[in-house]
Amino acid sequence: MESAILLETQDLEKNYTLKKKTLFGKKAEVLQAVNKVSLAIHQGETLGIVGESGCGKSTFARLITRLIAPSGGKVFFDQKEITAMAQPEVRSLRKDIQMIFQDPYASLDPRKRVLAILTEPLEIHGIKTAKERRELAYEMLEKVGLQREHASRFPHEFSGGQCQRINIARALILRPRLVICDEPVSALDVSIQAQVLNLLLDLQEEFHLTYVFISHDLNVVRYFCDRIAVMYKGEIVESGDAETIYQAPVHDYTKKLLQAIPKSIESNEE
Amino acid sequence: MSDDSNLLSVKDLSIDFLQEKTAVRAVDQVSFDVKKGEVLGIVGESGSGKSVTVTSILKLLPENARYTEGSISFKSEELLSMKEKQLRKLRGNEISMIFQDPMTSLNPVFTVENQLVEAIRLHAKLSRKKARQEAIRLLQIVGIQEPEKRIKLYPHEFSGGMRQRVMIAMAISSSPSLLIADEPTTALDVTVQKQIIDLLKELQQKINTSIIFITHDLEVVADLADRLLIMYGGQIVESGPAKTIFANPLHPYTRLLIEAIPHGNKKSGRLPTIEGNVPSLSEIPQDVCRFKERIPWIPDQAHEINPKLREVEPEHFVRCTCYKHFWMKEAHEKK
Ligand SMILES: Nc1ncnc2c1ncn2[C@@H]1O[C@H](COP(=O)(O)OP(=O)(O)OP(=O)(O)O)[C@@H](O)[C@H]1O
Ligand SMILES: Nc1ncnc2c1ncn2[C@@H]1O[C@H](COP(=O)(O)OP(=O)(O)OP(=O)(O)O)[C@@H](O)[C@H]1O
Ligand SMILES: [Mg+2]
Ligand SMILES: [Mg+2]
Repeated sequence: MESAILLETQDLEKNYTLKKKTLFGKKAEVLQAVNKVSLAIHQGETLGIVGESGCGKSTFARLITRLIAPSGGKVFFDQKEITAMAQPEVRSLRKDIQMIFQDPYASLDPRKRVLAILTEPLEIHGIKTAKERRELAYEMLEKVGLQREHASRFPHEFSGGQCQRINIARALILRPRLVICDEPVSALDVSIQAQVLNLLLDLQEEFHLTYVFISHDLNVVRYFCDRIAVMYKGEIVESGDAETIYQAPVHDYTKKLLQAIPKSIESNEE
Repeated sequence: MSDDSNLLSVKDLSIDFLQEKTAVRAVDQVSFDVKKGEVLGIVGESGSGKSVTVTSILKLLPENARYTEGSISFKSEELLSMKEKQLRKLRGNEISMIFQDPMTSLNPVFTVENQLVEAIRLHAKLSRKKARQEAIRLLQIVGIQEPEKRIKLYPHEFSGGMRQRVMIAMAISSSPSLLIADEPTTALDVTVQKQIIDLLKELQQKINTSIIFITHDLEVVADLADRLLIMYGGQIVESGPAKTIFANPLHPYTRLLIEAIPHGNKKSGRLPTIEGNVPSLSEIPQDVCRFKERIPWIPDQAHEINPKLREVEPEHFVRCTCYKHFWMKEAHEKK
């Protein structure tokens, strides 16, 4: 019952050059942020990516959304090679692939009101009338647990978790086919986190969405993902069924991550 | 009546935001003390006023904010009437803050080295070279690998979790007497998180730093905090020693929060949530229990009018009488 592959990467690489001053002038040193990553993501599936801070998760996300260009390797979306696409084509890709960014503040334009932030992507892609776009924006705000009246405010007037929900609303309003979620719930308290995760699951069922879900929280990943890929120093070191990895991790980092999960606080309820 | 062991004492603090022509209240009559060497955890729903409360201590709120009531005293000096010049001396020195938004405290046009060295030299008379060594040491203790190399990078060249740790390094560089940490570990996995928490504990033990630690993660504060404040809708709804609250959470919000931590896997159905939404500031009911709408299955009579914080066991305070009548509804409907 395996569905078609929606996104595939082949030996995807990204190198950064760090300049190092030495006695003899500048010396370049190469940092392999993403190293030969080959992954396939099936339609309707949720792939979790976990790994320590700085291991290359966000870089990988930016590569597959074509926000940055790879140093090597290929990315295919719906069997088209997106790494070979020219800019206009990449732009139309935005409708199908959306990203929820890790830093909720930095990714919202501070000069725009929330309504404009939400309706803009629809406008760019010429979707619906102005009135319908507004309605959709209000509806989306409510779905992520905010209110209509928030639409007239600027990003700095929101708390951290509220900003993150605006980001989520913006990413989902286009009804993309693939959503890359980079730590989408780490700024949220557990109850809102639960609301957002439930919303993502509902939308997945409704629209057959595919998610790449980056998180450092194994509890969340286990709950949310079908498969997990563990990244370490730019490489995928372990991947497979979420529950299997949770129960029987192979790689050292995965084991360490599991051991460090705090013993859950038991509530006094039965 | 001032108590010498209190480093910081916040009393009846209320903060309004001006919006167009109306004022909305974001923080309502909040009082708490922080003793020397104590860790105070603040937990609460997104938008409940945590960041506004602690940012007000440094008087760094945005222009449309008004301190309408209350007092904030630090080492027995009133901060609300203090001159900007004096405040500037306190900030980043005696009191330092790790902001929730990493980019507010990191300047994108300077390298991390530049910024850290500046911060260190601001309060310690060190040569550039010595300050640089200290900067590298700080990066090392917050778990940045190869700090000698990375220190030369700009903030945007760091990963999210690395940026967060640079801010932590910056904040502890002055050995502050009060460290305010607003969600400092959200971008970090549990292993690094643990390392940071241990680091903060060490700081507290070695130099008796007091810490205010904001988080939405109850499991993090369980390990770190001596006392807890639970906030909802701009008010404190429960407070007390952390151990007491974990052993005996009383307010419905606290109990539901503990319930919502994910445990199972995807097959285990939807996560339990707290029904409804946090009311927006202009809709917050004023003289009734603010949590009432979120627990509609509890009868109206269970709540009191003008609910107050009451001491229900030694040092354990709870707002409203509804906790006595609260029962947990059947975990969320399975899909
Ligand atoms: N623009 C850049 N220039 C130089 N190095 C960079 C740049 N962007 C990222 N890096 C480096 O690439 C590595 C991977 O970064 P990335 O942001 O992908 O990590 P991450 O896995 O998302 O970490 P986190 O969990 O902390 O967000 C890091 O060592 C980072 O310093
Ligand atoms: N400049 C502003 N103008 C108007 N309202 C504001 C402003 N700043 C914050 N608020 C509002 O004040 C309330 C409290 O915000 P605060 O940032 O303290 O929340 P928080 O508890 O820190 O939430 P989070 O966990 O999401 O960070 C929110 O409803 C927010 O929208
Ligand atoms: Mg990242
Ligand atoms: Mg906040």
